Amino acid sequence: MSGKPKLTYLNGRGRMEPVRWLLAAAGVEFEEIFLETRQQYEKLIKDGVLMFQQVPLVEIDGMKMVQTRAILSYIAGKYNLYGKDLKERALIDMYVEGITDLMQMILMFPFSPPDAKEKNIDSIKERATNRYFPVFEKVLKQHGQDFLVGNKFSWADVQLIEAILAVEEKIPSVLSGFPQLQAFKTRISNMPTIKKFLQPGSPRKPPPDEIYVETVLKIFKK
Amino acid sequence: MSGKPKLHYFNGRGRMESIRWLLAAAGVEFEECFLETKDDLTKLQKDGSLLFQQVPMVEIDGMKMVQSRAIGNYISTKYNLYGKDLKERALIDMYVEAIIDLNELLMTHTFQPADKKEQHFATIVDKATNRYFPVYEKVLKDHGQDFLVGNQFSRADVQLLETLLMAEECKPDILSKFPLLQSFKARISNIPTIKKFLQPGSQRKPPLQEKDVPKLMKIFH
Repeated sequence: MSGKPKLTYLNGRGRMEPVRWLLAAAGVEFEEIFLETRQQYEKLIKDGVLMFQQVPLVEIDGMKMVQTRAILSYIAGKYNLYGKDLKERALIDMYVEGITDLMQMILMFPFSPPDAKEKNIDSIKERATNRYFPVFEKVLKQHGQDFLVGNKFSWADVQLIEAILAVEEKIPSVLSGFPQLQAFKTRISNMPTIKKFLQPGSPRKPPPDEIYVETVLKIFKK
Repeated sequence: MSGKPKLHYFNGRGRMESIRWLLAAAGVEFEECFLETKDDLTKLQKDGSLLFQQVPMVEIDGMKMVQSRAIGNYISTKYNLYGKDLKERALIDMYVEAIIDLNELLMTHTFQPADKKEQHFATIVDKATNRYFPVYEKVLKDHGQDFLVGNQFSRADVQLLETLLMAEECKPDILSKFPLLQSFKARISNIPTIKKFLQPGSQRKPPLQEKDVPKLMKIFH
C-alpha cells in the first residue's frame, strides 16, 4: 500500500478531472485505476466498493470516497486550499459552484447529438462571456490581488483555471474581453505544481473524443 | 434590518427548500421575499444582488449568498450541523450529495412531459429503493445510533428526512422495506425544531402542483 490517493474512473476527464487538478495543485501524487469494461465496473459494484454504485471513487486516508464535491471538499480542506475562515469558505464555495455549473455544460457537450453541437457551443460561449467570466474579471479587478479569495491560492483558483482552459479549447478567443482573466491564466499556469500538471506526461487527461464517449456509453449503459 | 436571514426565491420548494429545512432545524428564524413575476427576478439581477443572476439567494451575515450548496455549507458550519472534524464532514458530504441527486429526480418529476412521467416515476422508485435507501438503512443498522454521523444531529439527518418525506409523497409505501429508515423518520420528526417545521403554518412549502408550472416558467424563462 503506497499511501497515495487512488483514483478509479475512466481514462478521460469526465467528473474526475477536477479531482486530478486539485490533487496536482496541492502537489499530491496519486495513482489511477482506469475502467475499461462494463465487467470491471460491475465487479466494483458487486464488491461493495462504490457507496452509491457510481464513480468517481477516490481511496484516500482509509476512506473510499465517492461524490465529486465531497471528494473535492475533503482535499481542499486537507491541503489548505479552502480559505482561512467560514466567510472565505463561503466565497470559495460560491465561486466553485458557479464555475461547476459552467463546467457541467462542457461535461455534457460530447454526448449531445451532432445537430445540437453548434447550438451548445454558442450556449457555452454565451454563459461564459455573459454570466461567469465577468464575475471573476470583476473580483480580480476590485481587489487587485493574485488570487480570487483572501490573497491566497485556493480551490477557487484551481477550478477557474481548469474552466478557462476547457472553454478555450472550444472557443479560443473567449478571453478576449477579459484582461484580468488573461493575466490570471498566465499567473496560475506558472505556479510550479500547475505548470507541472500542464506539461505532457502529467495525469491531466486530453479532451473527450469519440472513443471516450463510446466507452462511457458502453460501461454505464442502463 | 432585522438581522434574520432573508431568503429570495419563488413561493415553492425548488432549490430553496433544503435551506429552509436547515435553518428551521437549527432553530433560526428567517424572512422570505417571494418572486412572483419575471420583473421581480429582473430587478434583482439588475441591482447586482445575484452573483450569477440566479436564485436561490440568501442574505445572511452581511453577504448575499447564492448557489444552494454554498449556502447549505455555510449554514451547516455556522450552526454546528457539519460534524466535528474533516472526516465526519467527508461522510456528511457524501451522504448529502447522494440525497441531492435523489432530490433532483423527485423535484423534476412535476416537469416531465406526460408521455415520460410513468418511466420517470419508475426510475425514481428504482433509484430510491435500490441505490439510495439501502445505504442509509445499512449505516443506521451498522452503528445502531440515532443519527447518521458521529452520534450527533447533523445536516445529513435533516436532508435525509426531507427526502424521505418527499419520496413518500411520490409513493406512500416507498419505505415499506426499510424499518430503520421508518424509525429514523419518526425520531427525527420529533426533534422540537423539526416538529415545529412540520406543523401547518410553518415556512415549509407544499409540493409543486402541475397547475403552478406555467407561472414558474414565466418567471424563469
